[in-house]
Amino acid sequence: MVKRKRKRGKLVVNLVLGIICFIWLVPTLGLFISSFRPAADILQSGWWKVFPHQEYTAGETLQLSKEVDLRGPIEVNGRTYTDEQLKAGVEADGKQLIWENRRARTVNVQEQGWKTVPDLTIDNYKNVLSGKEYKLKEADGSETVQKGTGLSQAFWNTLTIAVPATVIPVLIASFAAYAFAWLRFPGRKMLFVMIIAMLVIPLQVALIPVLKDYTALGLNGSYLGIWLAHTAFGLPLVTYFMYNFISQLPKDLFESAFIDGASHFTIFSRLILPLSVPALASIGIFQFLWVWNDYLVSLIFIGNQPSVQVMSMKIADLAGSRGNDWHLLTSAAFISMLMPLAIFFLLQKYFVRGLMGGSVKG
Amino acid sequence: METQLKRSPGTGDPQTRQRISAGAVLLSLLVLLGNIAVNGAIFVFFRDSTLNPLITAVLAVLWGVLGIYLIYYTLNWAAERYPERLRRRILPFIFVGPAVLLLGWLLVLPALRTLYLSFFNASSEKFVGLANYAAIFSDRLMGTALRNNLLWVFVGTLACVALGLLIAILADRSSFEKLAKSIIFMPMAISFVAAGVIWKFVYYYQPGTEQIGLLNAIVTAFGGEPQAWTSMLQPWNNFFLILILIWMQTGFAMVIFSAAIKGVPEDILEAARVDGAGEIKTFFRIMIPYISTTILTVTTTIIVFTLKIFDVVMVMTGGQYDTEVVATQFYRQFFMYRNFGYGSTLAIVLLIAVTPVILINLRQFRKQGGF
Repeated sequence: MVKRKRKRGKLVVNLVLGIICFIWLVPTLGLFISSFRPAADILQSGWWKVFPHQEYTAGETLQLSKEVDLRGPIEVNGRTYTDEQLKAGVEADGKQLIWENRRARTVNVQEQGWKTVPDLTIDNYKNVLSGKEYKLKEADGSETVQKGTGLSQAFWNTLTIAVPATVIPVLIASFAAYAFAWLRFPGRKMLFVMIIAMLVIPLQVALIPVLKDYTALGLNGSYLGIWLAHTAFGLPLVTYFMYNFISQLPKDLFESAFIDGASHFTIFSRLILPLSVPALASIGIFQFLWVWNDYLVSLIFIGNQPSVQVMSMKIADLAGSRGNDWHLLTSAAFISMLMPLAIFFLLQKYFVRGLMGGSVKG
Repeated sequence: METQLKRSPGTGDPQTRQRISAGAVLLSLLVLLGNIAVNGAIFVFFRDSTLNPLITAVLAVLWGVLGIYLIYYTLNWAAERYPERLRRRILPFIFVGPAVLLLGWLLVLPALRTLYLSFFNASSEKFVGLANYAAIFSDRLMGTALRNNLLWVFVGTLACVALGLLIAILADRSSFEKLAKSIIFMPMAISFVAAGVIWKFVYYYQPGTEQIGLLNAIVTAFGGEPQAWTSMLQPWNNFFLILILIWMQTGFAMVIFSAAIKGVPEDILEAARVDGAGEIKTFFRIMIPYISTTILTVTTTIIVFTLKIFDVVMVMTGGQYDTEVVATQFYRQFFMYRNFGYGSTLAIVLLIAVTPVILINLRQFRKQGGF
């Protein structure tokens, strides 16, 4: 009795959870499928029409007499309908009657059947990656073809920004975390408390003055500038995370190394770094994805220099200026998701750990 | 440890390094200047380079990654020229130096300067006292931004925490826990911009009977009227934007709750069941109190995150149709209206809003016996 009740309970749980998961997946699925559909198809029918579904399709045509009065009842195949009904389509014997040409008084008998809109293409991706081609007419009449910057340039830019913007803070923070954990120096306590206090500082607070400095130094829109910005904004968290790990390492490790006459630098790079690989991977992945997905920092420190623009900016631009070019938007968004999704599915263990430790990031 | 370190013998012969030699000082100065000069030169090279972008990218990555290591390496090398005792004093500052300098330059000082700017007018020339703060709380646009932010924080956080808890418990009892958790968690990995596009497509509205946006298609299938969800339905459009946050952040809450739930001892739960407590009663009387600290942590984390929400609103509506929040208003004031006073004040308002969390963090850290 109890067992049966449990079993039924489990069924309900599975069902409810299944529905929730389905709801969670559907938006992404829609984007994914749409990104492979031709531009015209996306605007004409919903992406779910790719799957087999029941739909009325055009069948034979009935010619009514030309004198039929549209205001009165209209007789088709022995039954009478109103003009409105025929406009919207009316069901009869499992078929649908609908005006084909109201003025010529022809009615179409539509039959219900399974249908798919199976046209899938990778043209959207080609378009988005390489950029649109523009034909320009020069003053002398000759034509030149110019290519707009595509997403592939932005992809490389994002990677160029994200890799150092991950390695630099992780390295700097590890050095600092090592010193905070195992070296004694004046101001150590105060400095570390400040770093903890900065964990949740909204970075908006820093943007305006930093931008002023950057403009003065010519760092605006340069790789170095954006690396440093991401490094500084990520540092409190990465330092905190690495401190938690490095300070938990056993003392004996260091002692034996010291007896062998190793310096702190050697201990750090030969012993601590290799030992911290799991922690480095977790927080590194977190920082990498943070930079990869970032929009605000790039928006402010890169501005509108097309040669350094990152993907999130490109996509936000597309969404703003070409809100109806769904074939471009969907494929562009999906390209930008490739890296995070790959990391998520391949390195899930590290990713979750980094995220749980890194959840307090400002 | 401390004493151990102090007694540990240094490398090399201590006799030759008892004194600070002028050579060592000169050498370390040279190393410092050399680092600045070399990296500066490389920076200028990249700024003016007309190389193929791909080559630039590869070189830049190499520079960024190797450069930072070389800075530490050379500085450490210079420090090793000094006698043992002095070196031990210098070394920690080489280790924490770059971090402290960067944080000071790009986070601490700017925060203070922003605070300073918030007392000045739009062009930062005239001191206006607290006028900007007064204006923010009386201006209609700002009022909307503040109201919306509160809406985001309350509705968003509550929904994320409640849903996260629910899903964590369901997943715990289901037969496909791992898969379900992966699915719910996945949106955490993607950017808010991409999520914005995904949901823009779900909410898409076009006049006529054929709707390609999922939500409108569902509404019309049930005989309803299609709506422009994110623009026309004020103030309800905010909820449709908040839904995106819920979709993304619930996974985070769920993963952490899931770990916490597994930590509740089975025998306590069993004892409650034997005493005749139903599932719901055990949940509220035992489960919830047991994981209350986790709930608090998750809640504050999501609140901090939600306070600064920017990307979603920017991509979905650009702050139009009364969906403005503080962070977008900050961006608008600063970059479009060039009103540095308002911009700074808004940033400070955000800072004030998170100070309780900073204090909680510090207390937590002290409790853990951090130092």
